[in-house]
Amino acid sequence: MYDFKQMYLPYSIEEALELLEENKGAEIISGGTDVLIKMREGKLEDATLINIHEIKELKGIHMEEDGTIVIGAGTVFSHITNNEIIQTYIPMLGEAVDEVGGPQIRNMGTIGGNICNGVTSADSASSLFVFNAIMELRSKRGTRYVPMDQWYVGAGQTVREQDELLVSIRIAKKEYEKFYGHYIKYGKRNAMEIATLGCAVAVKLSEDKETIEELRVAFGVAGPTPLRCPNLEELAAGMGLNERVVTIIGKGVLAEVNPRSSWRASKEFRLQLIEEMSKRAFRKAVTLAGGEIHA
Amino acid sequence: MGVGKNITRVDAVLKVTGEAKYVADLEPQNVLVAKVLHSTIANGIVKSFDLEEAKKVKGVVKIITCFEVPDIQFPTPGHPWSTEKAHQDIADRKLLNERVRYYGDDIAVVVAENDIAANRALRRIKVEYEELEPVLDPEEAMKEGASVLHKEYPNNVLGHSSFQIGEGTYEEATKEEGLVLLEKEYRTQPVQHCHMEVAHSFAYMEQDRIVVVSSTQIPHIVRRVIGQALGIPWGKVRVIKPYIGGGFGNKQDVLYEPLNAFVCTKVGGRPVKLELTREETLGCTRTRHGIKYKIKGAVRKDGTLVARDFKAYSNQGAYASHGHAIAANGANVFKQLYQDEKVLESESYTVYTNCITAGAMRAYGIPQGDFVTEALIDDLAYAISMDPLEFRLKNCMKSDYVDPHLGFGGTSFGLLECIEKGRQYIHWEEKREAYKNQTGDKRRGVGMAIFCYKTGVYPISLETSSCRMVLNQDGSIQLQMGATEIGQGADTVFAQMAAESTGITEEKIHVISTQDTDVTPFDTGAYASRQTYVSGMAVKKTGELLKDKILSYAEWKTKYPKDAMDICENQIVKKETGETLLSVADLAVEAIYSLERSEHITAEATSQCKSNAFSFGATFVEVEVDIPYGKIEIVDIINVHDSGTLINPTLAKAQVHGGMSMSLGYVLGEELLYNEKGKPLNNNLLDYKMPTAMDTPELRVEFVETYDKTAPYGNKSLGEPPAISPAPAIRNAMLHATGVAFDSLPLNPEKLVLRFMEEGLIQE
Repeated sequence: MYDFKQMYLPYSIEEALELLEENKGAEIISGGTDVLIKMREGKLEDATLINIHEIKELKGIHMEEDGTIVIGAGTVFSHITNNEIIQTYIPMLGEAVDEVGGPQIRNMGTIGGNICNGVTSADSASSLFVFNAIMELRSKRGTRYVPMDQWYVGAGQTVREQDELLVSIRIAKKEYEKFYGHYIKYGKRNAMEIATLGCAVAVKLSEDKETIEELRVAFGVAGPTPLRCPNLEELAAGMGLNERVVTIIGKGVLAEVNPRSSWRASKEFRLQLIEEMSKRAFRKAVTLAGGEIHA
Repeated sequence: MGVGKNITRVDAVLKVTGEAKYVADLEPQNVLVAKVLHSTIANGIVKSFDLEEAKKVKGVVKIITCFEVPDIQFPTPGHPWSTEKAHQDIADRKLLNERVRYYGDDIAVVVAENDIAANRALRRIKVEYEELEPVLDPEEAMKEGASVLHKEYPNNVLGHSSFQIGEGTYEEATKEEGLVLLEKEYRTQPVQHCHMEVAHSFAYMEQDRIVVVSSTQIPHIVRRVIGQALGIPWGKVRVIKPYIGGGFGNKQDVLYEPLNAFVCTKVGGRPVKLELTREETLGCTRTRHGIKYKIKGAVRKDGTLVARDFKAYSNQGAYASHGHAIAANGANVFKQLYQDEKVLESESYTVYTNCITAGAMRAYGIPQGDFVTEALIDDLAYAISMDPLEFRLKNCMKSDYVDPHLGFGGTSFGLLECIEKGRQYIHWEEKREAYKNQTGDKRRGVGMAIFCYKTGVYPISLETSSCRMVLNQDGSIQLQMGATEIGQGADTVFAQMAAESTGITEEKIHVISTQDTDVTPFDTGAYASRQTYVSGMAVKKTGELLKDKILSYAEWKTKYPKDAMDICENQIVKKETGETLLSVADLAVEAIYSLERSEHITAEATSQCKSNAFSFGATFVEVEVDIPYGKIEIVDIINVHDSGTLINPTLAKAQVHGGMSMSLGYVLGEELLYNEKGKPLNNNLLDYKMPTAMDTPELRVEFVETYDKTAPYGNKSLGEPPAISPAPAIRNAMLHATGVAFDSLPLNPEKLVLRFMEEGLIQE
């Protein structure tokens, strides 16, 4: 049995927003894969829950006329992985969320929950970061759009206000067109893991597939929040595809990350992984883009 | 029919349809919920409680603290009781403990109408402690001035034993010129059993008797310990054990059943359940002992093992549980598996610390002992550049080996054949050569390890078992064992043995899986790898007795001489010709309803086992290590076992799969971690890295079938042995792949990466 005060079950976004406004401090629950853990630990004994699981408007993926991909915040991981739009245009995201926990969790957990939970280890975050995703937040006060690089304010904290509901995640065409990416989750085992590190790399190559037009690198667990490596990305633009560049990338990321030591993994270990993962993810991304890394 | 056949598990349908009843399925309606308050310090004394807020919680029935339990210390291990005081288990804990000895110690209990109320109350209890400095390491705990956990053990040393094989000392032996000497420290980590079903029981009273239904391996022992802990006659306690979801030794300890029984008496005998959470199961039950070994080895360049010196420091944790028996058992494998030309000196300590109590776990000290034995053997072979397989063949146990202390051995010996099968399967020589001088980020290696393992606990402890068979009117029988089915397939092999010994076929044998101490004949339960061997003897004896009774009746009925008859596939036949005289079914109905000679044919017998036997085996493995990632991939792995004659080869194979999987977890990632204050860090199944299906390679299994003459059907231990040798074999394969000797378990990615950086395999 779970210990909480009360739960509302709205069927529309509008209804949910009203409930959020009326119930100050209410907690949103959808798949429950994060909230139920807190509840089991007895941390939500006085909580009012607003269960958005039944809101159909929050589910599904579609493409707008201008090519923007819109992912409903209530879409579960397994539906993202198996979605045709995702598979065609941003397969990296589908692969990344297929690394979450196990099959049962991927059938319940939602991408909105993953992002709103605010943790640095969220498997979807690095890929969304690489694609410069925009979060659509709605409340009775209105709608606002928050880009990924302004989403996190600290470990486990986002800019979402208590009365706001994450409605969708939007990725503009220019952010994914001609980009090829690869996400690596490093866990100590092959399933049922929270990432020791996550690394997403996407590249856009020149027409002749010989130079990097644009590089994007994002990490989870390399700092208190998911992060990008802007300096390296700038440096790499225009570089050729060779082993020297692989080394530059491996070393370059180290200057832009800030992993901590914990009993789960030491900083030294994490730094080694960051270097190695960025190189491996880059190689794979280049291969996917049709390029070849020369000696 | 009978032994040696692959019959389907007798409980297969019940288990896959969900019909099999576990403790949770049997809870009475309106059962009260008991939840334990665990200490939040690792070492100290409870000074007082503030229960005011907790008592206000709606639904709370009763709160009992450590100041209100009987002043009785009791033992918990699932050992046969000794009637001699000197050999009795150590009684060092109370139902609730004012003297806190580990983070998570039981200090109070809440009984409530439901678990929400119970948990709410727990969160509202305030505790005042006097805190003491925790000691987490055995060697630290042995030092003068270390905090004393139990006043009866002023230096924290719970057990100490030593022995010597051969003449002189290790020091003297190593004076010989030209020896290669090694001095090493090996360490094994505490791990947990992770049985699927958590510890779970419920209790109720019937007049002045207490009934406890529990998920346990040892119902008859639980009965005795509840009696001891509550200070009541043992006959006032009735323990029922339904189907259980695994135990692996953790439930070979009496866990929370005495406390459950006690709180039941405090709420007027109303039904009360006590079901642990997974976090409590990991943090407050038992673990495998972490043991530190300081080892010296001397070897001649021709590959002769000359002398070894063995010192073990076993971390017992807070309470004695199985105590020194585990470290001592580990020292045995070091002694038995190889014979030193000159001398072996051996000394073991078991020491109390403020860690979670260590107890029995599958293979009882041998996974630790075999890890150090087999790591040392590879390290010695490496030091003299000898093939480790050849080195083993030169020095390992011979077929006539008899343990000088225990007095058994030499009754069957398949070790060399196991090695040979494994060698061929893995292509040993070819791959040892191929992977000699590798460079690059991914490297491969092959490794091996062998083991020997005893079957029961004789002559250290009593081995006794009982069985009952009852003939029904239709010629079928009930088979009732004191020995317990805990998932390993005991009921099935007992049915096969009963068929073999009675001539009644398995489909007519109804195994009563539940043990109920009021009804079930006595047996100490599922532990060691004893049941097919020890309890099998009781089945055989009882089966022969039943058959004799049936044939006696048949003699009266047919006037045909008993000795000339047999029972074959439910028919009473003439021995010589096989001609059917009458069916067992016809005889049974006649026997019960006969107006002339009515007899309910039953048989019951106790078998006291005064023998023991070694089983053997080997693991051969090929690994590929991803150096920059610190990850080991198992490319190929095989376990080859000599467990004597197999009673059910399919079940035997499944046992081996499970054991190998357990050992993979042991070597690759499992470890219970503590912070400096003794608080467990990862007592949950996310942070405790048990392998998933996605981490498990194809597990190959082969057998070398021998016949052991001491056994009821030629069979020897199999339940525990598969969990022994994969870990050292993988460690040794890593040595081959990288030249790096990893001397502590587990070989997790971080440990590998940091070591590879140190060794220059990962460069800046």
